[in-house]
Amino acid sequence: MNESRKNIIQLIVILTAIVFLVKLFSIQVLDDKYAQAATSNIIHKVVEYPHRGLIYDRNGKLIVYNTPQYDLTITPKEVRDLDTLRFCELFGLAPGEFKSKYEKMSRTKGFSYVKPNAFIKQLSNVDLARVQDYLVDFPGFDIQARTTRAYSYPVMANALGYVSEINQRQLDRDTANYYKQGDYIGQSGIEAYYEEQLRGKRGVKFKIKNVRGIEKGDFEGGKYDTLAIPGKNLTTTIDIDLQRYGEELMKGKAGSIVAIEPATGEILSIVSGPSYDPADLTGRNYSMNFARISADTMKPLFNRPLMAQYRPGSIFKIIQAMIALEEGVIEPYTRIACNRGIIGCHGAHSFEDLVGAIKHSCNPYFHNVMKRVVNQGLSADTYEDTKIGLAKWNKHIESFGLGAPLGIDLPNEKSGLVPSVAYYDRAYKNRPWKYSNIYSIAIGEGENLVVPLQMANFAAIVANRGYYYVPHLVKSIGDSGEPLSQFKEKHYTSVDPGYFEIAVEAMAKVVESGTGQYRARLKDIVVCGKTGTVQNDPLPDHSVFIAFAPRDDPKIAVSVYVEDAGQGARAAASIASLMIEKYLLGETKRPYIENYVLKGDFLN
Amino acid sequence: MRRGDSIASKLDWLTIFLYFFIVLLGWLNIYAAVYDETAVQNIFSISLNSGRQLIFIAASAVIIIAILTVDFKFYDTFAYFIFGGIIFLLVFVLVFGREVAGSKSWFEIGAFRLQPAEFAKFATALAVAKYIGTSGFRMDYIKNQLMLFGILALPAILIILQGDTGTAMVYSIFLFVFFREGMSPLLLILGTAAGVIFVLTLLVPEHIYLYGGIAIIAALALVFGKRTTRRIILIVGGALVITGVIKSVDYIIDDVMKPHQQNRVKALINPDADPLGYGWNVTQSKIAIGSGGFSGKGFLRGTQTKFDFVPEQSTDFIFCTIGEEHGWIGSLVVISLFVTLLLRIIYIAERQKWRFARVYGYSVACILFFHFGVNIGMTIGLFPVVGIPLPMFSYGGSSLIAFTVLIFILLKLDAHRMQVLVR
Repeated sequence: MNESRKNIIQLIVILTAIVFLVKLFSIQVLDDKYAQAATSNIIHKVVEYPHRGLIYDRNGKLIVYNTPQYDLTITPKEVRDLDTLRFCELFGLAPGEFKSKYEKMSRTKGFSYVKPNAFIKQLSNVDLARVQDYLVDFPGFDIQARTTRAYSYPVMANALGYVSEINQRQLDRDTANYYKQGDYIGQSGIEAYYEEQLRGKRGVKFKIKNVRGIEKGDFEGGKYDTLAIPGKNLTTTIDIDLQRYGEELMKGKAGSIVAIEPATGEILSIVSGPSYDPADLTGRNYSMNFARISADTMKPLFNRPLMAQYRPGSIFKIIQAMIALEEGVIEPYTRIACNRGIIGCHGAHSFEDLVGAIKHSCNPYFHNVMKRVVNQGLSADTYEDTKIGLAKWNKHIESFGLGAPLGIDLPNEKSGLVPSVAYYDRAYKNRPWKYSNIYSIAIGEGENLVVPLQMANFAAIVANRGYYYVPHLVKSIGDSGEPLSQFKEKHYTSVDPGYFEIAVEAMAKVVESGTGQYRARLKDIVVCGKTGTVQNDPLPDHSVFIAFAPRDDPKIAVSVYVEDAGQGARAAASIASLMIEKYLLGETKRPYIENYVLKGDFLN
Repeated sequence: MRRGDSIASKLDWLTIFLYFFIVLLGWLNIYAAVYDETAVQNIFSISLNSGRQLIFIAASAVIIIAILTVDFKFYDTFAYFIFGGIIFLLVFVLVFGREVAGSKSWFEIGAFRLQPAEFAKFATALAVAKYIGTSGFRMDYIKNQLMLFGILALPAILIILQGDTGTAMVYSIFLFVFFREGMSPLLLILGTAAGVIFVLTLLVPEHIYLYGGIAIIAALALVFGKRTTRRIILIVGGALVITGVIKSVDYIIDDVMKPHQQNRVKALINPDADPLGYGWNVTQSKIAIGSGGFSGKGFLRGTQTKFDFVPEQSTDFIFCTIGEEHGWIGSLVVISLFVTLLLRIIYIAERQKWRFARVYGYSVACILFFHFGVNIGMTIGLFPVVGIPLPMFSYGGSSLIAFTVLIFILLKLDAHRMQVLVR
């Protein structure tokens, strides 16, 4: 009877084998989640960071490049017998800082016990040379190289911008999911605007690794690897020597200089004062320096050429003249009495024609000109007539690139303000208004706001006799030799180009024998310019000057704003003419003017 | 002895072939498990597990010849001496042994280590066979059964004391041997039932459902069966016993089992609960095997095993290498080899006229079956992780030699089966 029990035992053996084979079939053949898990077990992505594109000036001089910096990494699993005291001494940490630093790091996302984590970021070459011999005494610590930005000259900080670690807000906005925590990204200036061109494209290598994360070769012979594509180099429109000269002149002053090549819209220099050394916002001391710079009451991070909105002042009178001529409400020979009853004036003159009025910057003249533009008698109702006239004026003004961002290749450009009908309706809460309520815009005071870039562009428009290219900073992306396509498009104003010759004539007179004659006139070059003195109660007036030169075939157009520096004929006119001289002649022949600017005492 | 009567002609060559085939496959897979593409390696190198395993294989060959040379009656005559000697070694190792990974079960002899617990298996098999083979032995005598359990308990307890519960569990498989020799199946059924209830209890967190189920089954049995007093007592008593088992599971898990044993049971029930902690072994083992697909990644092409994701990849988890590099087909081959070997040994055991030889044969089959079932079962997540080797396959000298001795004593006895008078 017991012999039959053999069958039971045999059956159990066979059943066990069948159960195994069924289970094996289900996990090996039917379920592919194990195969995926195996792949993710062994694959280790190694990201290759491309070199960020370099930045050159218009003459091929290198302005921004990359320099290696080193992160000290820690692999906690491999740390043995750590002498924290000696470590802190070596790496310049306060005793106890090690622990707090480590704890802070271990709480960040992506911290790994078995892989290297950046512990002290961005050691300089000097630091590295000092510590690398001792590193062998600290198992688990290693050096990881990466590059950061470096600058040939300590200038142009605001236009170039800076590069720093991406923040959470930027990561959230990155819908293409290109960036990862810890990546570096252009935060402002050219670095931000041309981020996509400069950064290139990351490469990825798939390595296989064992359970301890040690590399064991390429995954599938590198079939899925992608090469890093280096960032494109940018050739800017900047003349770095002119830029450095401009920054030298602006030292100790608040304001801006914008110089444009009128024929192309290329920006030759763009100075924001006060500024900072761009090298301060790279490397290890980034956080400390950023805190210091952003706390500065003079606002060095405030990019004045495109962000500071000023009233244009008297330089606006040239635009008013152009519009009035186009509207046919005056002729070049139209004379208007300098009636100082409504609005004040300056200098000895009484009954000028258009050129004379510009030369003397006659306020009553332009009060009257603007009135003629605004009240053309197109409606019997004075209020309605004013609205029709102001709308026409608005259209012309906007064609000069005012009241909206021009579209320079830098972030955060401000629009300025050109008051419209709707603007005054809002301001007067729909109570009636007419010219006598708004006349201060006639002479560039009142509600008008412009940024210095717009005024430089206006100087370029006059220099070109009626058109402009959008001012820009990059003339060639990579080897293309071309700027972005929008910078190749010519923009005409709504004023007949023929009228601009009158503006040129008037501006030449300003420098030859008017308000600009003492500090803006050059010996061999005909400079055309216009002073502006912008009211800034209770502080001293802002000093403003726009200019271009030479009169025929202009090579450079400039706008200069110097805050709280009084008359436009002093600080701004001096600086503008020095910039023109430097650019056209290579140096100034008027050291006394240069000294006057460098001394910076403009109010007495 | 005439030439035609030489031992070679009487040996069961099928078993020998299966034995060597498994040993060879094991050796190749031990090499695959430690293979490192980036290093210059030689399968024969003594610095590798594969090289050392070759030494153990050679030692096994010598031992095979020795076993076949010794008179076949020796194993019967000296069964108790051998058993006694092994028990002495087990006690000795407890005192003087070297502790490895929490288990004090190793002797260290030069560069090699010896694990007496491995050899206790064949010694116990001999002792059990000798006891049952005594003329006039009757399995239905309680005294005999107690004596047999005593023989099993002696090495099992000593091995548990060494801290190697896995190896001790092997002795439970002798229940099948006793079953074949006439023991009531009740004990087997109860044992299996207890195991099923144990696992059910772990799988169902709310014990109230289990109690409800038992109550319903008992009620149905009472309603639809004959209601004799004996049946009512049996059913109610059975239900109470099962309830007691359920109640005791928590106690066993929490208070009797060691933490690492608790975790192994938990990992079986839900390996995903802590895949980096106690579920690591099972999770990684299943990943390695599961990633092999139908035909595997190819010899030496596995990644999970040789990159150390699978722990103990050349010993207890050697089956992962088969599964990963040779896929389901490879697994089928290995499992088929073992099943064929087991069925062949059962066949050999059955053809013995001598009860000693038959009982020994069944012991060999059951011990191999236990190792086969538990080892592969744990690698594919069907059994808790119990650290016992896959016979003749896993790396390890003690284990290989012990299984060799176990099998070849049977073959020696089988070769002389015609010389034994039926008692």
